[in-house]
Amino acid sequence: MTIGNMILSPVMALLLAPLMRSVINRTKAVFAGKKGPPMLQPYYELAKLVRKGAVYSTTSGWAIRTGPVVSLGTILVALFMVPIGGMNAPVHFSGDLILFVYLLGLGRFFMILSAMDAGSSFEGMGASREAFYSALAEPSLLIGLGTLAAIARSVSLSPIYANIDWELMAGRFAPALVFIALAFLIVYLTENSRIPVDDPTTHLELTMIHEVMILDHCGVDLAMIEYAGALKLWVLGLLITGILLPVRTGAPLIDAVAGIGALFLLAVTIGVIESSMARLKLVRIPLLLMCAFVLSASGIIWIVK
Amino acid sequence: MNRLFLISFGIFLLAGVLSLAGNGSRAPLNRWVQALLSIAAAIIGLIPAVSVLAGGEPLDIQRAWGLPAGSFHLRMDVLSAWFAVPVLFISGLAAVYGTGYMQPQESRKGYGFNGFAYQLLVAGMLLTITAWDGVLFLIAWEIMSIAAWFLVMFEHEKAAVRQAGWIYLTATHLGTAFLFALFVILKDGSGSFDFSAVSGTAISANLVFFLALVGFGAKAGFFGLHVWLPEAHPAAPSHVSALMSGVMIKTGIYGLIRILTFFPAWPEWWGWVLVAAGIASGLGGILHATVQKDLKRLLAFSSVENIGIIAMGLGIGMICIHREYALAVPAIAGAMLHVWNHAIFKSALFMGAGSVLHATGTRSIDRLGGLGKRMPTTSLVFLVAAAAVCGLPPFNGFVGELLIYIAAFGGISMGSGSTAGPVLSGFIVAAALALVGGLAAICFTKVFGIVFLGEPRQAYPGHVHEGGWRMTGPMIILAGTCVVIGMGGFLLVDRMGALVAAVSPRGVSGVAPAALLGEFSSVLFNVAMISAVLLALGFILFSGRKKLLAGRVVAAAPTWGCGYTRPTTRMQYTGTSFVQPLVAALGFLLPGKQEGMPVAGYFPAESTVLTRTDDPFMSRVYGPLFNAVAAGFSRFRRIQHGRLHLYLLHIIITLVAIICWSFL
Repeated sequence: MTIGNMILSPVMALLLAPLMRSVINRTKAVFAGKKGPPMLQPYYELAKLVRKGAVYSTTSGWAIRTGPVVSLGTILVALFMVPIGGMNAPVHFSGDLILFVYLLGLGRFFMILSAMDAGSSFEGMGASREAFYSALAEPSLLIGLGTLAAIARSVSLSPIYANIDWELMAGRFAPALVFIALAFLIVYLTENSRIPVDDPTTHLELTMIHEVMILDHCGVDLAMIEYAGALKLWVLGLLITGILLPVRTGAPLIDAVAGIGALFLLAVTIGVIESSMARLKLVRIPLLLMCAFVLSASGIIWIVK
Repeated sequence: MNRLFLISFGIFLLAGVLSLAGNGSRAPLNRWVQALLSIAAAIIGLIPAVSVLAGGEPLDIQRAWGLPAGSFHLRMDVLSAWFAVPVLFISGLAAVYGTGYMQPQESRKGYGFNGFAYQLLVAGMLLTITAWDGVLFLIAWEIMSIAAWFLVMFEHEKAAVRQAGWIYLTATHLGTAFLFALFVILKDGSGSFDFSAVSGTAISANLVFFLALVGFGAKAGFFGLHVWLPEAHPAAPSHVSALMSGVMIKTGIYGLIRILTFFPAWPEWWGWVLVAAGIASGLGGILHATVQKDLKRLLAFSSVENIGIIAMGLGIGMICIHREYALAVPAIAGAMLHVWNHAIFKSALFMGAGSVLHATGTRSIDRLGGLGKRMPTTSLVFLVAAAAVCGLPPFNGFVGELLIYIAAFGGISMGSGSTAGPVLSGFIVAAALALVGGLAAICFTKVFGIVFLGEPRQAYPGHVHEGGWRMTGPMIILAGTCVVIGMGGFLLVDRMGALVAAVSPRGVSGVAPAALLGEFSSVLFNVAMISAVLLALGFILFSGRKKLLAGRVVAAAPTWGCGYTRPTTRMQYTGTSFVQPLVAALGFLLPGKQEGMPVAGYFPAESTVLTRTDDPFMSRVYGPLFNAVAAGFSRFRRIQHGRLHLYLLHIIITLVAIICWSFL
């Protein structure tokens, strides 16, 4: 395996991640019968934000200035740990999946503090919900990865995903894999603040989680948050598409391109979900996350069988 | 080395005795005496402890002993040395912190005695973890427990403190009662109180395990036996809380492991009991911690959680040892590392909380706010320790938890080919650790976000400032250690082979931990490398951001209030509102009370509302139980009426009864 192949995935992610948002938005626009913004809109927005000055709340201090940095930094590092198309990720070692989950946790920890720095109850509200829902989502993610680790008999993301192919999907672990993929989808929607957990198009106080957390962020900081969000959509997406669409032709380039294609298919799916259902009531979200946990945990049945 | 240890021990005692004379006008001098002697004693004591850990000969000290039972036999093997390091390290730092923290109290009458009790506590802990004899162990255990009680009772004029002291004293003595039974049974089986002579084969192993679990569990704070922690830790002065919560409760873990090592083998269900106790403590502790409104009470519950994490690691280790699986190695190494890590970050947190209390006069989270700008050092230390307690990389909490995760995932990966034990225990421990980690993140973003960020929710009395270098210095060292172990943990794990071998039954020596640990050390090395990359990346991004903003307009404005023009700082989110979604979803686990009336109607009158969350074990188990016991014993009051002649009559009746009985 050449270094080029290994670096390909992170580079593609850095370039193409914002495009996933465009695909989601375009899908939603099609469903709503609208034309939708141009495909490069997320890039225009990032470019605009990077060129701006900034306004900081007089209440805020270092936290609001470091939160976005840590958030983007952790996701950039995590990007190098997730494999695509059955290839090894640039960084892989036994136990990396735990570090992966906890790196995302570190980013979240600092984003929550960043939100609370301005002392606004709006951001406090969003931060509180973000902390609670992600606490409930974390066991599903780790247990799901643990079950996949048991199938692959390895505690590293790269061999775990290299192990999944059509043959495995058709074998006796098939139900476990499907359940885990569904659980990951719920975690994915939660972590990326999508419907039915959060509504990315509004920051009304009754519905808001992520969008209100970043209410007092602007300029470069906001650009970093938005870019980190796009990368998160990509990185966590790979965990799902790696299970459901494991294209293995043997040619690394084709597999990688297929893997990226699968991500955009996932983006279309998110668009369909967002167009076809409403946001859940807040008190219902813990139930949804419990469902994810049950789905994820039930995978263990096929391990001990 | 033996001599160095005894010298260290002696200096702690000397400092204690000197402190008795250090009241009033001599208090400023006493301050320096305490700080310098404690540091000297800690450094001198660390030398033999570290040398034992590095593979040196275990210390062994035997002296003549005047008592009819037991013997004066001290021994510091690898296990004792592992626990001695945090005792010495934290007690030295906490003593220095204490001289700063207690400065406003120096005029109090009990100041000198408080110093005495502090040094006695340290000496008691050292004696407890090195005692190699049942009687000596119990004496040391009592010295430690009673010294801690005197420390908790420092502000005894407050009713809440007296109540806390009472609960602590009751809990610790009930635990000790189990230990008395435990050591008597051990002696019964072997004929000697000496630990070398105890053999686990001749005794009822399950009974001993049960007694150790309850007796030592009460000190460690397993959920269900934890009720004294959230009372005693807030009541004690903060440097004492740091020592008690960070170090003293670990003597319970030490005692449990020490007793376990006496047995030639461990039944698998012992491991399951520890896993269950660990999960109950982990989840119960962090759930209650999250909803607390008192900063130090919250930290006390978080200690219950961390004891739970240690127990989970030990439990998996025991299950795997039973089957002689190599996975026991990372599980036990992780649990042992967490003993150190928790000692470090929890003392840092308690010292941080102490600085907050020192500066503002309140521990109530919902009254604080905006301290980050007023106390930058404390806030940075607290941030590092908070991230560490949540198990986030690159801080030390992650290192221990990672090893336990590796053991848990390894257990799951054994799959269908093996017995269910490692798979299921790994599964539930991984799930519990993940949930505990998530809840800890809620808990500590709440604490940090509410206390240090935003604006003060209430005007502070006077000027709020840091507490001087004697308070900030030890905290900075502790926070630095969090980072050092977080990044350099791989060096430590490489050298833990002897320790892991020491934490196993006397009969088992099949698994060679030293060879296996190299593998986990390389995992931690990778983590450290990635953390270093992350730090560099963070630095690049931060300076890039600064450069971009350099030539542009960077303005300051009030926080946006959605158009509301007259916001007050009271309108900020509070800690209570921050955890409201959790309470709403899991309220059935957290029995609470609401008193007063919330605002109602279109033109509401002034109203107050008070919400609180009870500890269910206190309000539903121990409260009713002890009331029933008190009611039962109150019948004896009839013979305790204060009339002297009737007391004399009691004595005569007793004597006559004994004489009669002796003739029978």
